Amino acid sequence: MVNLTLKQLSLMLAQKQLSSVELTQSCLARIARLDPGLNAFVTVDAEKSLAQARAADALIAAGRAQPLTGIPVAHKDIFCARGWRTTCGSKMLANFISPYDAHVVEKLNAAGAVLLGKTNMDEFAMGSSTETCYFGPVKNPWDRTRVPGGSSGGSAAAVAARLAPAAIGTDTGGSIRQPAALSGICGLKPTYGVVSRYGMIAFASSLDQGGPMAKSAEDLALMLNAMAGFDARDSTSLERPAEDYAAALGQPLAGLRIGVPREYFGAGLSADVADAVEAALAQFEKLGAKRVSISLPNSGLSVPAYYVIAPAEASSNLSRFDGVRYGYRAPEYADLADMYCKSRAQGFGAEVKRRILVGTYVLSHGYYDAYYLKAQKIRRLIAQDFAAAYGQCDLILGPTTPSVAFAIGAKVADPVQMYLIDIYTVAANLAGLPAMSIPCGFGEGGLPVGLQIAGNYFSEAKMLNAAHQYQLATDWHLRQPAGTE
Amino acid sequence: MPLSLPEVKRIAWLARIEITDADAAAAQGQLNGIFGLIEQMQSVDTAGVEPMAHAQDVVQRLRDDRVTEADQHALFQTIAPQVEDGLYLVPKVIE
Repeated sequence: MVNLTLKQLSLMLAQKQLSSVELTQSCLARIARLDPGLNAFVTVDAEKSLAQARAADALIAAGRAQPLTGIPVAHKDIFCARGWRTTCGSKMLANFISPYDAHVVEKLNAAGAVLLGKTNMDEFAMGSSTETCYFGPVKNPWDRTRVPGGSSGGSAAAVAARLAPAAIGTDTGGSIRQPAALSGICGLKPTYGVVSRYGMIAFASSLDQGGPMAKSAEDLALMLNAMAGFDARDSTSLERPAEDYAAALGQPLAGLRIGVPREYFGAGLSADVADAVEAALAQFEKLGAKRVSISLPNSGLSVPAYYVIAPAEASSNLSRFDGVRYGYRAPEYADLADMYCKSRAQGFGAEVKRRILVGTYVLSHGYYDAYYLKAQKIRRLIAQDFAAAYGQCDLILGPTTPSVAFAIGAKVADPVQMYLIDIYTVAANLAGLPAMSIPCGFGEGGLPVGLQIAGNYFSEAKMLNAAHQYQLATDWHLRQPAGTE
Repeated sequence: MPLSLPEVKRIAWLARIEITDADAAAAQGQLNGIFGLIEQMQSVDTAGVEPMAHAQDVVQRLRDDRVTEADQHALFQTIAPQVEDGLYLVPKVIE
């Protein structure tokens, strides 16, 4: 049962071959058995999940089921869910019981999905390895000495180990796509503004975007159908007609122009990843796509610009954690300023503090033009690179990450090395473009390799169709890590 | 341009994060590494380029000027570190 698609599970639920309570119980049993070795979940609440499953079964019995009704979904612990502890991977929020639901949570609830539990993540989504979490690192199900990627590493590991049929994550610089790649699953970051940020704990507001993580492109489409939509409470939510992302999955790829950026295949890309991606490109050509060599000349500047813009926005967003209205407060302090300083020093972990310091500095008097404004100009150049490229091609394909999953502890002491892992993913966030990652083979150590499929604004359906066509012809996405049976 | 130790401490104060001398020294090295990466931005000429603050050119929506939120302060204060009579308690700031 663990390898069934959402569509198959939905059909079984509809035909009463399986109840949502049974499905949820089987996921909870797998979590109890396998998660102690993975640490993918921060909070599991069987009673709450099973209550939702019973409600879903009632909806199904009443003939009022939607595609996700009764399906358990794991939530990255960044999405506020009413009555659930929502920690964002931080000591700062270790006891935060959310009094409200994120828009995405409301939408999944309305779709009848079951909240299976809250997944581990890099603290405040700041990381590329899910090692900076207050609740300990997540292990990669393919090799437990390696990281699962991050920051949505708990969601990625949960889907990879078949603890959950699907999960939700957030992507500020690659935090859905990179863990999807390193954990051998699929993940999609939509066009900025497609999924509401309301109730998604803010990291860098002009870059943050929620999205689905699942075993296949088809499952991603069903999840995105439920997650996307206008929400007036997010000032950057886009008002557009609802789109059925699953409707266009049957299009042949004949004539599709796939752009392959020269800059993504240079120094820094591991040979095993390059080989797997090349093989995937050949498969796309076999399916009728035409390969076009393109250039994204400013892509090398995307990591430097990102590590100005994201920390700047983070330093502003995280100023709300002051130990007054919610969150951690230091037990002892001399006065109000001391209470702020001690609460934040004790409540935030090292990487979060580092980024707040970077952000504070680049926004401070006298440095704004040299850093923040300069980064925003480079952001424009990067968006212009993509605009030019999409004149020559329909989608851009390449590696999601420079290498397969690395060892736990290998990069955590060197922030710059950790940041450079984001080299192929951050540009989509800076430009606000949609991008996804799907499994396309295995590299060093038998670890999964991710293929990034990026598109122009609002081309999620086209990207999902291309990924689905590839997955009809290949079986990389069906591989399950050993030891998770 | 490397950050000095007093600058690191000044930034930590601006960010309201208490920092020990040992942590400030460690942070200095790491921050200078990060700024080494960031300095690569200076390699491109951006004269005349319009800064991009946002991916989409959206304008702020306006809503009708009417009450849309219910009073939930009792619920919200259940998660506060310290409250009394519906007020958030903080150390005295006025003598």
